[in-house]
Amino acid sequence: MIEASQPPTDAPQPRFDTPSGRRPQDWEAPLASRSSADAEVARIAARVEDGERLSAEDALVLHERADLSTLGRLADLIRSRKHPDGVVTYIIDRNINPTNVCLTDCGFCAFYRSPGDVEAYVLSRDEIYDKVRELRDLGGRQVLMQGGHHPRILSDWWGELISDLRAEFPEVNSHALSAPEIDHFSKFEKRPVEDVIRDLAAAGLGSVPGAGAEMLVERVRKIIAPKKATTDRWLDVHRKIHEAGLRSSATMMFGHVETAAERVEHLQRVRDLQDETGGFTAFISWTCQPDGVPQEHLYPEKATPAVYLRVQALSRIFLDNVASIQTSYVTQGMKMGQMSLRFGANDFGGTMIEENVVSAAGCFHLESVQTVERLIQSAGFTPRQRNSWYGIVDERHEGTAFPANREEAATHRAAPAGAKA
Amino acid sequence: MTNATIQSQCDAAGIGDLAEKVFRSERLSREDGVRLYRADLHAVGALANWVRERKHGDLTYFNVNQHVNYTNVCNKLCRFCAFQRLPKQEGAYVMKPDEVAEKIRAQLAEPVTEVHMVAGIYPKLPYEYYLDILRAAKEVRPDIHVKAFTMIELMQIARRAKRPLAEVLPELVEAGLGSCPGGGAEVFSDRVRDEGYDKKNTGDEWIDTARTVHEAGLRSNCTMLHGHIETIEERVDHLDRLRLLQDETGGFQTYIPLSFHPDNTEWSHLPGPTALDELREIAVGRLLLDNIDHIKAYWIMLSIPVAQMALSYGADDVDGTVVEEKIYHEAGATTPQQVMRAELVQWIRDAGRIPVERDTLYNVVWSADESLARAGAAAPVAVV
Repeated sequence: MIEASQPPTDAPQPRFDTPSGRRPQDWEAPLASRSSADAEVARIAARVEDGERLSAEDALVLHERADLSTLGRLADLIRSRKHPDGVVTYIIDRNINPTNVCLTDCGFCAFYRSPGDVEAYVLSRDEIYDKVRELRDLGGRQVLMQGGHHPRILSDWWGELISDLRAEFPEVNSHALSAPEIDHFSKFEKRPVEDVIRDLAAAGLGSVPGAGAEMLVERVRKIIAPKKATTDRWLDVHRKIHEAGLRSSATMMFGHVETAAERVEHLQRVRDLQDETGGFTAFISWTCQPDGVPQEHLYPEKATPAVYLRVQALSRIFLDNVASIQTSYVTQGMKMGQMSLRFGANDFGGTMIEENVVSAAGCFHLESVQTVERLIQSAGFTPRQRNSWYGIVDERHEGTAFPANREEAATHRAAPAGAKA
Repeated sequence: MTNATIQSQCDAAGIGDLAEKVFRSERLSREDGVRLYRADLHAVGALANWVRERKHGDLTYFNVNQHVNYTNVCNKLCRFCAFQRLPKQEGAYVMKPDEVAEKIRAQLAEPVTEVHMVAGIYPKLPYEYYLDILRAAKEVRPDIHVKAFTMIELMQIARRAKRPLAEVLPELVEAGLGSCPGGGAEVFSDRVRDEGYDKKNTGDEWIDTARTVHEAGLRSNCTMLHGHIETIEERVDHLDRLRLLQDETGGFQTYIPLSFHPDNTEWSHLPGPTALDELREIAVGRLLLDNIDHIKAYWIMLSIPVAQMALSYGADDVDGTVVEEKIYHEAGATTPQQVMRAELVQWIRDAGRIPVERDTLYNVVWSADESLARAGAAAPVAVV
């Protein structure tokens, strides 16, 4: 149940503007009953049913004119074609943020602290070991590690940490860093990003999360994350990650200053790179969580769940070359987590025995493996545990896991562009 | 979605014949109802959504209301209930009529149109008490609609009055009763009742009481508490009995599926329904209850994500703002009811629907589209 927020004491604050002069919270969802009479929506739906690739224009028409029932039906159809075995995966993992020191000053982030801040921290090696040991003892397969852009904690520090963890906990994969952090290392170390990735891979980095994508549109990045890697740079770092034989995921944070067309543009950029490299394992979107963030006064109200589901379904329909869509139950809650399985998602993400970033913005849903399994099952799917490369590692699974490691994952890429799933 | 799309979706789900029946406005049988519980949710949902859009288009109703639970003392000991207290138990309370009045007074500055008043069964409360709390509410706010007393409370009130309910109801109306809520129906099955709430009225008694209410000229709602130990067949039986009474009286305005919440109850070992189960209850309710105008997705119980999606699975109502009373004296400050009302309007709109504020009896108070639902007029409902 939502509690009524406190009444504002001052006049309304000015918020970010969009080019149309309308803020995202003024965006009007199409009226559902009108969608059934919309010939253009019907034409595009038929194309999706035929397994054809959608153009950005088509995707925008769906975003702006299709009802949720139609989007859900189409996304569910694509999900069932790509995953006909009815398996929904999840991973036992933990987030560790070795440091919260960051130079990018993103106004939507409640987690970071500037260098010298009293609340700034760097975790000791022992603290990190304790956390990973606890994860390993729970059967965990992945540790998701990200920091801020710390001015002195660079690739050698991370490489040593990853390499030590690999020696100590070989069964736990380091799913670590992000494109903007790798870009930050490259700049501070004054060497090409390829070299940074090569060294981290040699140290044992197994895969890279798709974080820091926010919105891959320069107009938007200049407003919400002006000090972070640019769109082209974010994509180029992922290209090089893939070229180095590592797999990564892609993400999108929406519901702030972007337009519907910009959401589609983001999806298009991801799809284009995936055509080139095939290196993305999954796509994960979530809504901006503005409660308590530094620039809260500039951000609109949180996008409501129906908008999240609309965008998630659209991503499943549009990203025909990305195998998995992961739901963001951490931001949306378990009820949405389960419903999203019928709106395109085939992966429940991590059970996350620790999470710090969105929980800093007052948003966190911690759940047990049993709950996750029950929700997947009662949605009509078969729950299975996976590794970072989306290979099934569950002992209930027949046959050996594939891909079992990053080397197998490197040769196991997504289906060619435009292929019928 | 077009009829052809829905038909092919239902064909694939093995309920093509049910879609044909629905398109022909033919009543679904009990056996059909059981099949709706077992077929693919998207197909059942699309069919229920078709009925919803035929009856109401995109219109989606809410109201600005407040709750008063005048006592939590109860002697029924229902296993699914976390609210009940024994008379001397810690946390037990009974509101005096003055305290009820204070609850209403606290929201006088808010645009509240309804108070929803339900509580436990505390045998010591005299008949006069019930009249007094109705009068207390109306005295403070004469224009408020008092929707009060579930069927078991009405049975208790008649018992305390030592007269038949039909004789008592006019006195309650005189004191301020406007209509009756639908809670407390649980599941009518005797088997479930014996296991879970054997001190409560039987299904037959619930139906008889509702009939008496309708015959007295009062409207009421109806509910089903789902997701505990009941079977699919028992749910269908429950819905069919509601439908039969509605054929007789036409007195039900709205059907509300209520989700069993296991926490802090004697049934806490049961898992409770999931989000998709909740969407299915909405959809099956819409399809079986062809003679009840409105299906409510009670958002406070379902959560906003499920309530938003329920608006595409057959629901056309989300209940109200239900803000606890808080007093704000600052001139110009946004009040909690205004904040909650704005949020409701926003999320109904985001779900692709047109928000309409109604009063308890479904007269339009405010409408986001005056051409479809005019303020001051009755809510338009098409016959399907």
